[in-house]
Amino acid sequence: MKQENIKIALVGNPNAGKSTLFNALTGLRQKTGNFPGVTVEKKSGSFKLAGEDGKPDRDVTVVDLPGTYSVYPKSADESVVMDILANPKHPDYPDAVIVVVDASNLQRNLLLFTEINDLGLPTILALNMLDVAASMKLTVNAVQLAMQLNVPVVKINARTGEGVPVLQQAVSTLLDKKEKPALKYFYVPKGNEPALIEEVKELHQLDNDYVALQYVCQHDNFSFLAQPVRAKLDTLIEKYEFDETGFLADETIARYKTIRPIVDKSVKSEGATEQPLWTRKLDKVLLHPFWGYVTFAVILMVIFQAIFAWASYPMDWIDENTAALISWTKEILPAGVLNDLITDGIMTGIGGVIIFIPQIAILFGLVSILEESGYMARVMVIMDKVMRKFGLNGRSVVPLISGVACAVPAIMTTRSISSRHERLLTILVTPIMSCSARLPIYSILIALIIPSTKVLGIFNMQGLVLFGLYFLGLAGALVSAWLLSLVIKRTEPGYFMLEMPTYKLPRWGHVGFMMYDSVKSFVLQAGQVILAISIILWVLSSYGPGDSMQAAEEKVITAMPSAPAEELGAAVASARLESSYAGSFGRFIEPAIRPLGYDWKIGIALLASFAAREVFVGTMATIYSISGDSEDVLTVKQRLVQEKNDKGGPMYTPAVCYSLLIFYVFAMMCMSTIAVVYRETHGWKWPLIQLAYLMVLAYVSAFAVYQIMS
Amino acid sequence: MSVRTVSQLQKGEKAVIRSFSDRLMSLKLLEMGCVPGCEVRLDAVAPLGDPICINVGGCYSLSLRLNEASTIEIE
Repeated sequence: MKQENIKIALVGNPNAGKSTLFNALTGLRQKTGNFPGVTVEKKSGSFKLAGEDGKPDRDVTVVDLPGTYSVYPKSADESVVMDILANPKHPDYPDAVIVVVDASNLQRNLLLFTEINDLGLPTILALNMLDVAASMKLTVNAVQLAMQLNVPVVKINARTGEGVPVLQQAVSTLLDKKEKPALKYFYVPKGNEPALIEEVKELHQLDNDYVALQYVCQHDNFSFLAQPVRAKLDTLIEKYEFDETGFLADETIARYKTIRPIVDKSVKSEGATEQPLWTRKLDKVLLHPFWGYVTFAVILMVIFQAIFAWASYPMDWIDENTAALISWTKEILPAGVLNDLITDGIMTGIGGVIIFIPQIAILFGLVSILEESGYMARVMVIMDKVMRKFGLNGRSVVPLISGVACAVPAIMTTRSISSRHERLLTILVTPIMSCSARLPIYSILIALIIPSTKVLGIFNMQGLVLFGLYFLGLAGALVSAWLLSLVIKRTEPGYFMLEMPTYKLPRWGHVGFMMYDSVKSFVLQAGQVILAISIILWVLSSYGPGDSMQAAEEKVITAMPSAPAEELGAAVASARLESSYAGSFGRFIEPAIRPLGYDWKIGIALLASFAAREVFVGTMATIYSISGDSEDVLTVKQRLVQEKNDKGGPMYTPAVCYSLLIFYVFAMMCMSTIAVVYRETHGWKWPLIQLAYLMVLAYVSAFAVYQIMS
Repeated sequence: MSVRTVSQLQKGEKAVIRSFSDRLMSLKLLEMGCVPGCEVRLDAVAPLGDPICINVGGCYSLSLRLNEASTIEIE
């Protein structure tokens, strides 16, 4: 039996080192996507097995399945595991499974292993974290374990890559075996279970007892079973008086009874085991009633300082260079429509995107360091009671913090919250957290109205205002969650139960990869939208209905016969923009946004940024570079400073800027977020409710701010 | 004397799990390694008194809410 393309799946408890092993196996040959039909993120990669004895090389595809404690899912994420492993027709159904096991906690980890083994797939056990076990004075005898479990056991160190080639070879050897050894079940059915199993096996033509049992217990989670099939299984459950909850508890206890002697035989411990010393010492501080919160607050402050102060150096550099590049291109290309489209439309729009690369890279880097080190779990613990007061869960902290980067992946991480109610609330309020797409808007408006002075000698005033806006987003999210929890009724109790991983040094390669990946997806996804909108916008603002633009120009020239050329040029450009298609749009919605302090030019930017808020700054750049004097290229900020309102005063007064800032704190202006909420909540009800309440909130708050300040 | 539960442990106190009072909760707890006969110890209490962190069988640290801990009966 020779296969050219082999598929293997990685399964394991959370924190067992599954993802680390995945990286060690595949290196950079990996990609992220979605499992078909569901939005659970799928990480897959590949490696090559060198052929021996004249056999050809083989490509092995590795799929990293979500971490789980058992085959019975407790959250949306975990249900993917059995949906694949119980369905041989699934495109990701593996030829073999590697179960990654934490050697320092063998008993609990073996529970999942025995379940996977009973499904009848060729299985290899990868014994990881032997170093942690050693520090707990535990030694594991891998040979003894392999004999007891009747599967290949490979000792690995996923972090250093030790044992990984051996593991790859073991996969190859296992698949080359001519005949499968008879499966030894770790759980033996009792009572009338065997009769039930036989009937299900016959009905569905299954040859594995445990898969049949899974059909009985989990058929509502199996996407591949049609409704009539599920109903038929329900009648069988009644016929055999099968008690699901009782069975699950009995099965788990029976498995532990089998596992106990296996662990006793293969693990030697010297004295009482204990968690590593540094973890216990760090927990004393990080979970401390006072120092725990102080540390968390300081870490948050550092993140915001980094995003605003440290990132400003590379950002200024990018800003100057794009401006220089645009004016150079303007000169070198022949003047005309094409030149204008490339420089004023495309290049200006793209410049508005790439400038935010440093901030996004830094933010994702820091968040991934917090997750890698094990600190994020502590944050969930110290925040759980606070979060519960608002109807959320300690686990909501991760989506909320990730929401600072981007609401789309953040909403996808809510799948680890097992309570549907708490999960829905988290999804509804996560978009209020200020995401990185709002940073461009915040940065530019803050730079306009807040001086860059030092406060208390260390904090930058602009950084503090930025912190304030993020805090407003957080407060808005929490208060909304609380209000929504009063309206949306809870149907089930929430779980917290969370394993606290030991503290570890972050894997820097992985942190680097996360930074690279986030920047790449931002530039590609946001970049495409922005590029398209920039071009459309340029066309709409360069052309008008009929000869309206020509007429407007002539009108200005007749009205100002003796004006100096420069002033006349600016007036003509502005009049042309106003009579263009884009200008008409802006004029059309101006009455609605006047009370917030915005004019028709901001109106154009608001409309354009409806699909994606990061378009706002690029749009402003395009609008003002068209309406401005085209001889020299200014940065967007310089243009905004020069912009005048109807009465000849500066357009961007503090009142207008704050009104815009507040509007963007709350407004749900992101098609991708609406799309992900639609997928995660399976319908249009919640995304539409969310869109409506956030838009009303944004409008009312911006209105109040402008009216109070002006 | 009524049955004690994990939620009544003092900091640093050890106890052995005897049984569970909530069927659904017990499934999750079993999967997390809280098996009858297993020794647990209260390691830490979150700043606001809830959740708590218990050490399970000397192997690892599990954090759970007080209402979850109160379903674990101890000897």
